[in-house]
Amino acid sequence: MELRAARPMTGVVVRVAEARKAFGARVVLDGFDLEIRAGEFVALLGTSGSGKTTLLRTLSGLDALDSGEILVPQPCTVVFQEPRLVPSKRIIDNVRLGLGGGQATAAQALAALDEVGLTSHARSWPAVLSGGEAQRVALARALVRAPKLLLLDEPFGALDALTRLKMQSLVADLCARHRPAVLLVTHDVDEAILLADRILVLSQGRATVDLTVDLPRPRIRQGAGHGALRARLLTALGVDEGAGADGGIRMSNILTI
Amino acid sequence: MSLAVSKSPVKPSATPDKATQALAPPPMLYHSRTSSRVSFARRLLVPIIILTAWEMGSKYGYIADNILASPEEVIASGHQLIVSGVLWHHLSISLLRASLGLLAGGGVGLILGAAAGLSRVGEELIDPTIQMWRAIPFLALVPLLIIWFGIGETSKILLIAMAAAKPMYLNTFGGVRSVDPKLVEMGRVFGLSQKQLIFGLYLPAALPSIMVGLRLAMTLALIALIAVEVINTSQGIGFLMLQAQEYFQTEIIIVCMLLYALFGLGSDLLVRVLERVLLPWNYARRGR
Repeated sequence: MELRAARPMTGVVVRVAEARKAFGARVVLDGFDLEIRAGEFVALLGTSGSGKTTLLRTLSGLDALDSGEILVPQPCTVVFQEPRLVPSKRIIDNVRLGLGGGQATAAQALAALDEVGLTSHARSWPAVLSGGEAQRVALARALVRAPKLLLLDEPFGALDALTRLKMQSLVADLCARHRPAVLLVTHDVDEAILLADRILVLSQGRATVDLTVDLPRPRIRQGAGHGALRARLLTALGVDEGAGADGGIRMSNILTI
Repeated sequence: MSLAVSKSPVKPSATPDKATQALAPPPMLYHSRTSSRVSFARRLLVPIIILTAWEMGSKYGYIADNILASPEEVIASGHQLIVSGVLWHHLSISLLRASLGLLAGGGVGLILGAAAGLSRVGEELIDPTIQMWRAIPFLALVPLLIIWFGIGETSKILLIAMAAAKPMYLNTFGGVRSVDPKLVEMGRVFGLSQKQLIFGLYLPAALPSIMVGLRLAMTLALIALIAVEVINTSQGIGFLMLQAQEYFQTEIIIVCMLLYALFGLGSDLLVRVLERVLLPWNYARRGR
């Protein structure tokens, strides 16, 4: 990798330094720094409009920074909030999009579909899939290229609550198996705690919180240590849960910090 | 009023208890559906009445023969035209003109529409000119075409082509532009080449509109065909019709009208088949 040759610190696969991006008068990234190591799962939390999607779009090359440095490895793939499957291609061809049509890529694509449990749909059209299934295809499409960096842009946001839970554990499994560096953009604090090695909170264009999640894996929702982390992150996001209906329990979590 | 709980033991009795007496079936706010057979019969009713009136009118002398021939005469004359080979001769010439014009015009419309839709430069170079030319009704081109190309086949096919090119251009252009920009973004992220984007994303997304364009192009080509064939010609369905007009052969005129209707139906059927073949993903729906 060019990146490694250029930079002595091995293991860093993403480097963002002094990133600045403004839309008119609204500054969404203001001197933002980020390093992600190989195999590290980083969650980026932020309220809506905080610039987290902007950051992800610059990392994937869809937008340019106003100033600053940004280095990413190749291949780098994305799972968007919507599946973004090509309706005119069968599932297997969506998975191996742009990889060529030979026997080898077919086998690769089938293996990736197997990992998300959709081999039986290989010859189906996207229109017949449910939202959760389509998003699993999008995940297979992102993983089949063996990415060094996997960008997840609120990939569970459009799913129903039950499907979301299943998808989260599927993503946890697959990332543990393939070990790409992952940047997950989300506004769901529980999701971040469930999945990430490290959690950043993006606020006012900078990472105001950068904490390592030391909870053992596999993680469960509301496991030990979850509450304290949750409270801390919510506070950083400006949410006062003590005001909520069942605030009594969560309030105690906040107080234990 | 408590409807759910009844304290007295439930026993079957002829008189319903007090609570259920206040109940009624929900109001009928829906329409009960008539059976498909009855519906089919109703749809056939008016055409049958018209045909019967025509038949009776001709039979009992209310409709003069040189105004409107009887249904039997129409059938007999159709049969005669087929057996003698006259019909096939004119039909094949008309079909050839329509197909050549449609192919040439539709092809040019498709290529120009795709070029204008896919590239900014293409749009700037092509679209304004086409929009200006589009304002001229194609029938207004007849005199110039005849001066330039004479009354032969060239001017006829050219006019049909010009009629067919317009809807094809517009619908291809619009279809290409209607591609979901999010899909294009995805394609770029996953490293698709320009060629893969065009043939894998843009054109398939444009295909449904292109099919609409084809449908309209066929309709307009048919209109242009009739126009050129009744203006200056010695062969074709239109000529047959014109000749029949001179001799007051209303039965032949009606046979020709029916033929044109068949052209329309046939082209519609052709597009339907093409849609099935070219757009299989449009027919895939989530199973119940």
